[in-house]
Amino acid sequence: MCLAAPSQITHIEEGGFMAEVESFGNKRRVALIMVPTAKVGDYVLVHAGYAIQILDEEEAKESLRLWEEILCSQNS
Amino acid sequence: MLSEQLKRFREPQLAKETIVKVKKSLQALQTYQGHKAIFMEFCGTHTAAFSRTGLRQELKEYVTLLSGPGCPVCVTSAQDVDRIIAFSQIPQAIIATFGDMVKVRGSEMTLQEAKACGSDVRIVYSSLEALEIARENRERPVIFIAVGFETTTPTAALTLTKAIEEGIDNLFLYSLHKATAPALKALLHSELTTTDKRSTNIDGIILPGHVAIITGRKCWDFVVQESKIQATISGFEALDLLLALEDLTQGIMNQHDQVGNAYGRAVSEAGNIVAQQAMEQIFELQGGDWRGLGSIPQSSYKLKKEYAAHDAEKAFTLPALPESKGSSCQCGDILKGIKTPLQCPLFAKSCDPVHPQGPCMVSHEGTCATYYKYERKL
Ligand code: SF4
Repeated sequence: MCLAAPSQITHIEEGGFMAEVESFGNKRRVALIMVPTAKVGDYVLVHAGYAIQILDEEEAKESLRLWEEILCSQNS
Repeated sequence: MLSEQLKRFREPQLAKETIVKVKKSLQALQTYQGHKAIFMEFCGTHTAAFSRTGLRQELKEYVTLLSGPGCPVCVTSAQDVDRIIAFSQIPQAIIATFGDMVKVRGSEMTLQEAKACGSDVRIVYSSLEALEIARENRERPVIFIAVGFETTTPTAALTLTKAIEEGIDNLFLYSLHKATAPALKALLHSELTTTDKRSTNIDGIILPGHVAIITGRKCWDFVVQESKIQATISGFEALDLLLALEDLTQGIMNQHDQVGNAYGRAVSEAGNIVAQQAMEQIFELQGGDWRGLGSIPQSSYKLKKEYAAHDAEKAFTLPALPESKGSSCQCGDILKGIKTPLQCPLFAKSCDPVHPQGPCMVSHEGTCATYYKYERKL
């Protein structure tokens, strides 16, 4: 029930309440009201029919960078 | 591109290299503490993720991973299930609910069995579908069984707000939504006072990533500050889980005074403000019954008085509920991390996913269902 899959916004409907998102080729309609700043192209996490968060690209990069640093320091 | 980075969180090679590193860290922690670490994952989705990725087995010599009470269907009390079934007996009523809920047994039957006897029960993926059913059936009461933690609660709040805006007065909520922080507090408190039940204390907690999206990171600092137990918020990919284990290990050894965040791409400091406001608008916290943990103050989201017209508990008088019967199901102890499913005499014998005896075997996120699928010795 708590599975929140990352999905990309492909279209925002008039009024902004609903949007179409795509995840692994599957399209569905979700409510966008909880993430008012979301725009087409953003990746969002979807839970129980609502987008609940926009994924942060800089933070994703930061996690991966930190991680690679740890792994490099261990290998050297 | 973000999509490329998201893929990297699933890269097997990166995960493999990371496991080596995490094992070293856990070994160092064992030396530091003088015993093998015991971590609890609060969230049922983490329980499933640790098993599905094979990490629970892979790391079992280095860390004991216990499962906690983080499956909303599993912690719903038998009496609340009886109430759901009683709602389904109201003439003309349509019950809308998430799939797992229909298979959970109350004192006498499941919602699925009530449906077979003529109740109108419909499975939905979102409260918005319940609203749609209410729109299409204006002359009938539609009761949405609202189950879930903070991730789900705002979705029900926003759907109800929309129903009110549209003047849909036949949508009712039976709110079984629960707040996770009070439950974790209660669990840690009982953990600290009943150590005789478990051989060792919990050394660290893996906090629920999707709940934290809504609540934010900082509201969890109480775990470290009050209970002196380290905790880290985690995502759900293999690399996320490993990042969280590493963060937790470092947090313990370096005595961090804050909860860690190993899911930064989704969880912010303050959380989702729109969602928090929606919850506050519609719900207030009251005492609630949790299967396994008992009654916990301020842990249950109930509709505020202003919304009584949409509150199933206020709008309908229920027929008498059946007497609750005892059961040998051990879900209570499993939800507290005192037992694993392998210690339940019914596990994989008279209890399996086709004939579940308790909710921990029903829900996909239930610890027993996860162990049945991934951890059973055949
Ligand atoms: S195996 Fe079945 S009976 Fe035993 S605790 Fe789990 S759900 Fe209950």
